[in-house]
Amino acid sequence: MRIAFAALILACAAALFAACLLGSTPMGADRVLAALALGGDHGDRLVVLHIRLPRALAAFAVGAALGASGAALQGLLRNPLAGPGVLGISAMASLGATGALYYGFAALSAWAMPAAAIMGAFAGTGLVALAALRTTSVVTLILIGVGLSSFAAAAMNLMMNLAPNPFSLADMINWMLGSVANRSLQDLGFAAPFLIAGLGILLASRRGLSALTLGEEAASGVGLNLRRQRLAIVIGAGLATGAAVALAGVIGFVGIVAPHIVRPMVDHDPARSLLPSALLAGLILVLADIGVRLMPTASELKLGVVAALVGAPAFVWIAMRRRSVHD
Amino acid sequence: MTERAAVEGLRSPAQGLCAQGLTLAAARATLVRGAAFHLRSGELVALLGPNGAGKTSLLRGAIGLMPRVSGWARIDGQDTDRMAPRHRARRLAYLPQNRPLAWPNPVRDVVALGRFSHGAALGRLRGADRQAVERALAACDLERLAGRSTATLSGGELARVHCARAFAAEAPLLIADEPVAELDPHHQFRVMDLIRDFVDQGGGALAVLHDVALARRYADRLIWMKDGRIVADGPPAETLSASRLAEIYAVRGRVEGDRVEMEGPL
Repeated sequence: MRIAFAALILACAAALFAACLLGSTPMGADRVLAALALGGDHGDRLVVLHIRLPRALAAFAVGAALGASGAALQGLLRNPLAGPGVLGISAMASLGATGALYYGFAALSAWAMPAAAIMGAFAGTGLVALAALRTTSVVTLILIGVGLSSFAAAAMNLMMNLAPNPFSLADMINWMLGSVANRSLQDLGFAAPFLIAGLGILLASRRGLSALTLGEEAASGVGLNLRRQRLAIVIGAGLATGAAVALAGVIGFVGIVAPHIVRPMVDHDPARSLLPSALLAGLILVLADIGVRLMPTASELKLGVVAALVGAPAFVWIAMRRRSVHD
Repeated sequence: MTERAAVEGLRSPAQGLCAQGLTLAAARATLVRGAAFHLRSGELVALLGPNGAGKTSLLRGAIGLMPRVSGWARIDGQDTDRMAPRHRARRLAYLPQNRPLAWPNPVRDVVALGRFSHGAALGRLRGADRQAVERALAACDLERLAGRSTATLSGGELARVHCARAFAAEAPLLIADEPVAELDPHHQFRVMDLIRDFVDQGGGALAVLHDVALARRYADRLIWMKDGRIVADGPPAETLSASRLAEIYAVRGRVEGDRVEMEGPL
């Protein structure tokens, strides 16, 4: 287990380095290392530090946020199909961010986009959590997620429908498809506080997720403060997902698939699955983004499109294999 | 009989779990009306009554998991409504009626969750936590199964896992809601033996049971409930009779010494 965790960290570091190494301008490892150490040629530094590294870090951060949120929501709702995307949280965050683009707030302040995305994520997570208080059926929660996603999609379509000019329409569409291309260190900086706060809250409250394995009644019996636990996960997942969506748009399913892979390796303990899920999801997105960049297509594929193309079938597979005993 | 409980409660109010005048409601229905009972260490109490009598509500209300309309409940003199869940869990282990396990965790991890209130984190058990978990595993004869996934266990084995989880807390009091439901007779005896051992070692246990003969055999005291009220509270010899069975369950029954027999519905 410890070895697997160390290997995962190494793999993440290697993937991030590979993301700095590979690209349309061929560059040797020595030149990349020099640029990373703030030395070397000015052009190299520009490419590595201002184009490739921020993009790779953004992919990793987005993956980590979604992976941790997914693992935490799965622990809270005690279901392997829960995740920020399925529960409609990503879509609501996306609606918030699209709203910021549509009304031009995004141009006014760099904080507008993350703030709007996080408000959307809070609205979504809050509604789902409210529903979770009334029902234990995860099917109901997922249906609510479907409803939230549909509503968010309709509202975003409305904004595109009413888009004042083709440029803002293209802006919105580009952003909605989900990508980490052309992200700057500043973009990262604006999302970082929310992302770090969200991840911090999730990690700090992860022990309660183990207790929830016993069901809510027994969990409060062994000493868990249920209300506080729910609140912490909802706020943590809302912050992290909102920050991820603000940074990259909607990237689906990685938040469900990564915890699913990690779970058997940590004895199915939701608390112990949190950190490895974050790392694995980050790794997956960094690798996927390298793939997207290297793929010889006429126009570059969007990361969100690729993630959904691979992730959605994986989601269906997980759902089909699940025995329907618990709901 | 509830007066007797009240008097005993007043005699040493700071000991064990004690409830007075407990009235509980959900939606608009009153589930429990003016219930008073106590549970001390060294006694095994069986809570008996038909479905819907309010047994589960009484337990949940008494330990602060359900809002009260009136009355109070205290553990060692402290109001359970105002106790932090963590502190309550250290004094009282609770085994609810529904015991779902969301994930196929290993047995040892589920048992270790009994140490949650002591700050234990799964996979990193230390010192007292580790010892308590090993003791609970041994007490419930689960050492051989400790590494097995709970998804592969039989109902009887799972029941022992849940008991071990409750014992691992090493709290002085135990409340078990239908601990032997859906178990075969052999495992019913085994689980009751475990609870009896816990009491013999100084614990206090309150268990909801539907098998009157089993309650007669194991319990020091029986609390009888019907329609949200406690109608009797006392040792089996005093409170168990054919007329009681008729009153509580609407069944024709025979009680002769240690033997209880149900003959049919009234």
